[in-house]
Amino acid sequence: MSSPPEPLITAEALTVTLGGRTLLDRIDLTVQPGEVVTLIGPNGAGKTTLVRAVLGLVRPTSGTVRRRDGLRIGYMPQKLSIDGTLPLTVRRFLALWRPVSAARIDAALEEAGVAHLARSPVQSVSGGELQRVLLARALLSEPELLVLDEPDQGVDVHGQAELFNRIDRLRRAHGCGVLLVSHDLHTVMARTDRVVCLNGHVCCSGRPEDVSRHPEYHALFGRHAAELAIYLHHHDHAHTGDGRVVPGADCCDGPGHHHHEGEHHHG
Amino acid sequence: MDDFMVRALVAGCGIAALAGPLGSFVVWRRMAYFGDTLAHSALLGVTLGFLLGIDPTVGVVAVCVVLALLLTALQHRRALASDTVLGILSHSSLSLGLVAVAFLKTLRVDLVGYLFGDILAVTSDDILRIYAGGAVALAGMALLWRRLLAVTVSEDLAQVEGMPVVALRLAFMLLIALVIAVAMKVVGILLITSLLIIPAAAARRFARTPEEMAAFAAVIGMAAVVAGMLASLNWDLPGGPSVVVAAAALFLAAQLAPGRSG
Repeated sequence: MSSPPEPLITAEALTVTLGGRTLLDRIDLTVQPGEVVTLIGPNGAGKTTLVRAVLGLVRPTSGTVRRRDGLRIGYMPQKLSIDGTLPLTVRRFLALWRPVSAARIDAALEEAGVAHLARSPVQSVSGGELQRVLLARALLSEPELLVLDEPDQGVDVHGQAELFNRIDRLRRAHGCGVLLVSHDLHTVMARTDRVVCLNGHVCCSGRPEDVSRHPEYHALFGRHAAELAIYLHHHDHAHTGDGRVVPGADCCDGPGHHHHEGEHHHG
Repeated sequence: MDDFMVRALVAGCGIAALAGPLGSFVVWRRMAYFGDTLAHSALLGVTLGFLLGIDPTVGVVAVCVVLALLLTALQHRRALASDTVLGILSHSSLSLGLVAVAFLKTLRVDLVGYLFGDILAVTSDDILRIYAGGAVALAGMALLWRRLLAVTVSEDLAQVEGMPVVALRLAFMLLIALVIAVAMKVVGILLITSLLIIPAAAARRFARTPEEMAAFAAVIGMAAVVAGMLASLNWDLPGGPSVVVAAAALFLAAQLAPGRSG
């Protein structure tokens, strides 16, 4: 068997302080190829700061962030505000980031389910549509790592399930690892290999079902966490976009089922 | 038509052609007040140029770039709101320029000319300067166009995609400094920003792509130059302000005209 592949990203003792306040305190984090890692934590826990440090948008005060050489990252930001005076169609928006053919752009929009928006001004699309446009954009670079910062922001509950199913499907099709920020473990639980519970420092991490039983997790999420345990127990299926129920076998039949050997590092 | 009138039109149209695309970026990036602040520092650049015995254009570009860097550093600290920082630097640099001019008793500077422009006094040298500087600036913009748009849409996304965001931001500031330096004599440092912003704002309703907006802004700017100069000649009005008034009138007319959808 070959040696374990190099992680896509590795953060070691990553610390970020801003104006005397410690936002991140000695964080260790890795994302392996093809792995889905979810960051959860309350507001102000430093989830977005951690993601930004991983992306190189925030400089660590101490500690290190290593990205694999030449790592292609597809970043889907929490929100995007483009001045209304810029005449920019969705299609043109996708063309700004790297030289890509019109055919690739149309294929990416198709894949994200927003082909009909190609000619719309990017400022005019709704919150849920914009998330899918941003997903299409992130996938254009054929990323090895998808970084999604609360992709369900401004999306209604039905839309959230649809969006997460789509993300799950696409990241499998493209074979990329995922670093996902969520404020809520419920929606992402079944599609996650590993959960990192953050509150300035790493409270606990591991497989979702282990984290949901962890005392630190309960301390952080309280009553909410208890609900989750029940939820986990019952949740053996997933919903498709049109509300059909599909067996959960393809997404939650135990850890690491789609990994190569050597990547087993869960828990 | 008199020679000075021809020179004024050639110079004005050259500046409008440059201000169209650059002004569009100023509007998209919401940097109108930023541009104004840089322009206000231009007088200081002129005086420094005279003091050091270098070309005033070089002096203006240098002072603008220093101020732009200072602004970026101050805004980064976030101790004060951005518009407060801009207000402080804008007015202190203008006043510093005025004070410096007063100190140079041996130097005779046409203050009103620098503040409000003196388009009828444009020389062939000025025209050469405008077209040479303009060609460099337009070539630079064409080269960086896609990246400048990307950075305008989202600096974060651009950086994750590996674009040199800081260098692009500096390049954009340098372009603004260059426009201020070459346009100063024509419309004056107090009115330069209007030539960047008003034509671009007027063009918005008719444009469906960034390039269309830039091109329409250039054409609207040229129309404002021609109309303003004719009015100035006919009724003996100050040149620079007449051009700006014409641009404002075109902006108003554009708001009433039926726009294009999309």
